[in-house]
Amino acid sequence: MKLAVKDAMRCVVCQSCMFACSRRSGNAGLSNTCIGIKSAGGISRGYTVIVCRSCENPPCASVCPTGALVPKEGGGVRLTSSKCIGCGLCKDACVIDAVFWNEQDNKPVICVQCGYCVDYCPYEVLELIKDKKGVENA
Amino acid sequence: MLENDTLSKVLYIDLSKKKFHVKDRKDLFEKFLGGTGVATQLLLEECPEGIDAFDAASPIIFAVGPLTGVLPLASKTCAMFKSPHTGDLGESHAGGRSAIAIRMAGYGAIVIKGKSEIPIYLSISNGKVLFKNATTLWGMKDGSIAARVMRQNEGGEGLRAIFRIGLAGENMATFANVTTETYRHFGRLGLGAIFGSKMLKGIVISGKRAIEVSNKKEYRALYDKVFKMATDSPIMKKYHDVGTAINIKSLNTMKALPVKNLQMSSTEEIEAVTGEEIAKHHLARRVACAHCPVACIHLAYLREPYDDDPYFYKTTPVCYDFELIYSLGTMVGITEPKALLKLIDYVEQVGVDAMSMGVILSWITEMYERNKISLEDLNGIDIKWGDSEAYIGLVENISKPSTEFLRACSKGVSYAASVYGGKEFAMQFGKNEMPGYHTGPAGYLGFLLGARHSHLDNGGYSVDQKEMISTNLTPNDVVDKLLDEEAIRQILSSIAVCFFARGIYDLNLVSDGLKLVGFDLDEHQLHKIGQQIHLSKYKFKMREGFRFDKLDIPNRIYETKDPTGKITKEFITKGLDYAQSLIN
Repeated sequence: MKLAVKDAMRCVVCQSCMFACSRRSGNAGLSNTCIGIKSAGGISRGYTVIVCRSCENPPCASVCPTGALVPKEGGGVRLTSSKCIGCGLCKDACVIDAVFWNEQDNKPVICVQCGYCVDYCPYEVLELIKDKKGVENA
Repeated sequence: MLENDTLSKVLYIDLSKKKFHVKDRKDLFEKFLGGTGVATQLLLEECPEGIDAFDAASPIIFAVGPLTGVLPLASKTCAMFKSPHTGDLGESHAGGRSAIAIRMAGYGAIVIKGKSEIPIYLSISNGKVLFKNATTLWGMKDGSIAARVMRQNEGGEGLRAIFRIGLAGENMATFANVTTETYRHFGRLGLGAIFGSKMLKGIVISGKRAIEVSNKKEYRALYDKVFKMATDSPIMKKYHDVGTAINIKSLNTMKALPVKNLQMSSTEEIEAVTGEEIAKHHLARRVACAHCPVACIHLAYLREPYDDDPYFYKTTPVCYDFELIYSLGTMVGITEPKALLKLIDYVEQVGVDAMSMGVILSWITEMYERNKISLEDLNGIDIKWGDSEAYIGLVENISKPSTEFLRACSKGVSYAASVYGGKEFAMQFGKNEMPGYHTGPAGYLGFLLGARHSHLDNGGYSVDQKEMISTNLTPNDVVDKLLDEEAIRQILSSIAVCFFARGIYDLNLVSDGLKLVGFDLDEHQLHKIGQQIHLSKYKFKMREGFRFDKLDIPNRIYETKDPTGKITKEFITKGLDYAQSLIN
């Protein structure tokens, strides 16, 4: 399954999805969120909702110098945290800014396409869809 | 509280020396939780007795709560300061991203003192405070432009809060506000003027961190319970759908809605500015505060043609709610939605408390009608009820005073009436201009007794509608209810929960939530803390000269029909005497 933005125009920027994503680690706060919502030029103008598109040939993994990020079958990447040296090349390689950063750990946080966030969006901005190959890779 | 929680870190900023430091204040947070509880103590510590509110040593305090960033709807920041408007306690609360950003930046409170010699703004992130030159941002007509520049220059996109003042704050109008995220405000009692006096144009703050909880399983369960109540239950429906503007119609019907400076309490011309009608014809989108799924912020789009060019339009998003429709609508006789939205937009641009401005404009209109002031006093603006263009002109002339009379108005209706007369219809309570509730005696006792003279201190207007209208409560009964409610609300604003969520967060739930972040307090203990915080606020008020017997009450409230028919001088006086015996 793959996380997707169904309709960004419905986003009210309540950040419930961002908090849900970070809460998967068990704690509160936002340190581990893999979702970003930015205003498109001020709050009145609507929002850009950023989630990992789980690319089939992910640029973030191509630039990783230590093999910490490895492409997954069906798209997206898997992070082996112990291999990561926190260089940030993956973050720079993602043109939609979907590689997020845990400031306290100095490591990337990568969407695992689990869809936990979807249940916390009251406005149906996010959805889980089958990817091209119908692979469940969460 | 839990060992690693950064809640107890207080950031102290000195604008004179351009320095900052952080102190751990577990002593305060463990005793008073956060928000209003901690801010009150910091105010008592930091504000020298009897100081001029605009003195460099006069502090600005922001505080958030232990549940901020932990549970939904705990997203309010409490600002505390000596009010330049009333001369005693200054306190106002705002949402937006302010509280989440402060908590995620790693602080529970911020104390700002001193005065910069040049306009500056503060950029706070990654444990640092940068002092940025804001000279070029000073004097801009529209406050949102300054926010846009700060947004472009600073990082933390999507996570940051941007506070800023407008022209009125720069010119130290005593009811100038501080705006955050374009549409939320530290609205009441003049925080914007304190910013202006310190040459502080704004603050950008951001961060992203984890907050540990004591039990991860219980945390998820409680989170889901609160989230479900906020999204699925009827408790928040009113705020979620039409918004607080839904009350316009009902208050008008029950004759509780101030019209034309409360000469009347209802109008037949209400239809087009009811919440339902504005939503139907003008509502464009709804937005939320950070970490609140309710999305109660209603934005209308105002479409205006340019006179000099056909097929050329200006489209402006304008935030509206009950208080704005009352204060800049019915109170000044405007019942045409486009005219109302234009006036609201202009008031947003200059950055003043909309309720205070509406009450001042309506008082000016009546003063002019009664020939107590001249056209020259109004800088040539010929004002009459409902004339939004003329009111826009007056707002501009009050924000940057052009005559002695309008300068007096920039200090509030209480001050202006003390110089020019018209006290009997200067609609202020404790020097704070009234909100839109002419509901009965409990509402007015609520404004008078509330530590910040706000209807939200104790919800007296709700006592009127639920009880006074059908039962015969004595003044003492009413005061007991108000004081009890105000004590409970101290807990909500200490854990930084929005008052709209008071139906969700009873003290039992608060106790459960606090356990997750290391506070072991039962309902009874919380109630006691609430009472203590409330009394601490009164300690500050009394220290700065507040006295019950100095309260001016405009006669108008006794003359205009209300739903209960019970607003009498005797009732109000007895209530105040009783409250005084309990609080002094």
